[in-house]
Amino acid sequence: MRESDGPVVHTRNLRKRYPGGTEALAGIDVNISAGEVRALLGPNGAGKTTLVRVLTTLLPPTSGTAVVNGWDVVTRGGEVRASVGVAGQYAAVDDLLTGLENLHLIAKLRGMRHRAARRAAEEMLGRFRLEAKANQRVSTYSGGTRRRLDLAAALLGHPPVVILDEPTTGLDPESRLDVWESIGDLTAAGTTVLLTTQYLEEADRLADRVTVVDHGRIVAEGTTDELKSASGLTRLVLRLADGHSLDAAAAAVADATGAIPEVEPRVRRISATTADGPAALATVLSTVDKDAIAEIGVQRPTLDDVFLRLTARQEVRA
Amino acid sequence: MTTSVFSAGADIFWRNQLHLRRRPMLIASTLIEPVMFTVLIGFVFGGSLGGQAYREYIVAGLLTQAAIFTASYTAVGLALDLQDGMVDRFRTLPIPRLAVLAGRTTSDLVNTSVSLVVTALCGLAIGWRPHTGPLEIAAAFALCLLFAFAMSWVGAFIALVTPSVQVAGSLGLIWLFPASFVSSGFVVTTTLPGPLEAIANWSPVSGLGNALRSLFGNPAPPGFRVPHGWAAVHPVAYTVCVCALLIVLFAALSVWRYRRRTNR
Repeated sequence: MRESDGPVVHTRNLRKRYPGGTEALAGIDVNISAGEVRALLGPNGAGKTTLVRVLTTLLPPTSGTAVVNGWDVVTRGGEVRASVGVAGQYAAVDDLLTGLENLHLIAKLRGMRHRAARRAAEEMLGRFRLEAKANQRVSTYSGGTRRRLDLAAALLGHPPVVILDEPTTGLDPESRLDVWESIGDLTAAGTTVLLTTQYLEEADRLADRVTVVDHGRIVAEGTTDELKSASGLTRLVLRLADGHSLDAAAAAVADATGAIPEVEPRVRRISATTADGPAALATVLSTVDKDAIAEIGVQRPTLDDVFLRLTARQEVRA
Repeated sequence: MTTSVFSAGADIFWRNQLHLRRRPMLIASTLIEPVMFTVLIGFVFGGSLGGQAYREYIVAGLLTQAAIFTASYTAVGLALDLQDGMVDRFRTLPIPRLAVLAGRTTSDLVNTSVSLVVTALCGLAIGWRPHTGPLEIAAAFALCLLFAFAMSWVGAFIALVTPSVQVAGSLGLIWLFPASFVSSGFVVTTTLPGPLEAIANWSPVSGLGNALRSLFGNPAPPGFRVPHGWAAVHPVAYTVCVCALLIVLFAALSVWRYRRRTNR
């Protein structure tokens, strides 16, 4: 039976235990409404890809329910697959086929007739600026072009839900911007998007809301602003005047905040997260020579700070 | 909502055909293999085993071998698609599971048809002739393709139970040697020691070899004592039954494995 109201993607107490005993999903409850762009953020091994595989029917859950576009992923897999476009690290494009052939094949497998499939493929090639490469084999494409084709494949036939698994992993910064732009276009079209990422900047830039997962559980959820406020963190930022020792100032900041400061020697900037910004600020002002301070202040935390706090993996720096 | 198995299977068939055309090494091996086996068996062994009469006898075996090799092509082709993530791509699309497998096993028959034609030409070149009419000859090639289709499903199952292309490639190949040599393909089974003779007499490979000889009207060389079991006396019926059974069995096993297979 189809549930037509409510969130487009909905999971309740979703669990996945692999045969080896690893619990990749340890009870996930997530609701994504129509037209929303949701980022699923988490370190490697957090369970992001497992969740994507369950939602795309590639993997059956151990228990709990997952409903996509009103269809249960276990009992109505065919309908779920018809509703979802997938791109990302594993959903490959065919190296030996040209870009046009790839899209044409996928359009036909989505049930379009020959001519309609051809038109849909050409429309996507245009939209993703791939016309010039349409008749070249994918094996000749650069990483960024390939990802654009992958995205185009996911969007063929305008599925109501698009799931992107780490769409920019391994891309150079320029290609990443390119892919971001394409995803931005999607959101303008009102498609519901779930994207997984390890890049905070990506989540910050593309998503309406962010779900942070770690060890198969949701550890936080909200807009990026909400997450920053809820973390209770602030970032103490100090810029040093020329001719004063960065090391000494960094030590003072470390003492005041209890955190390992980030030092950017080129701009003579030292910063560290702290739960009590004003107190740390007062401490630094009393210990560091006034002449050495070019600029000092307390700022909102970056999403990095929030993420590291939430996932408690201070040694990992994204 | 789901695309039909025929239309999706046909689309994947055409995709595999494009692959075939764009992998020149694959075409080369399809062409070279039959020539190699004709020379090896017809002339390296043939001289000691009966000369011209033997060379005519083995063409049925060579055709059988061309057909049985379909298993290794399918095993490697499907394993490559599993490794590259193409199967995962197909699995996210609204198509029946059987379509991906059927698109593979049917398109590998095209490859095998080329092999069979080259083998037959090699056979003609070394003096083999069919002594029957066009209907029997057509039936013989149809039977080769039926057998190849069964072997292709075996290959698909091998790809689905092995962890990598390398393993699928070697497992898909090694069993073909005992399977094609412990049979009536190149020798007369009555010369084999007891247990091997029993296996060979009931082997589907012997079934096809005997069926082809009967359809082409190629007798055993003088002095060859042919077996008289049911399978040897009714080779065409036996081969058709065994192939149908293998196709149903391995198609079912493959779909079952395909459903469970998860590449992380």
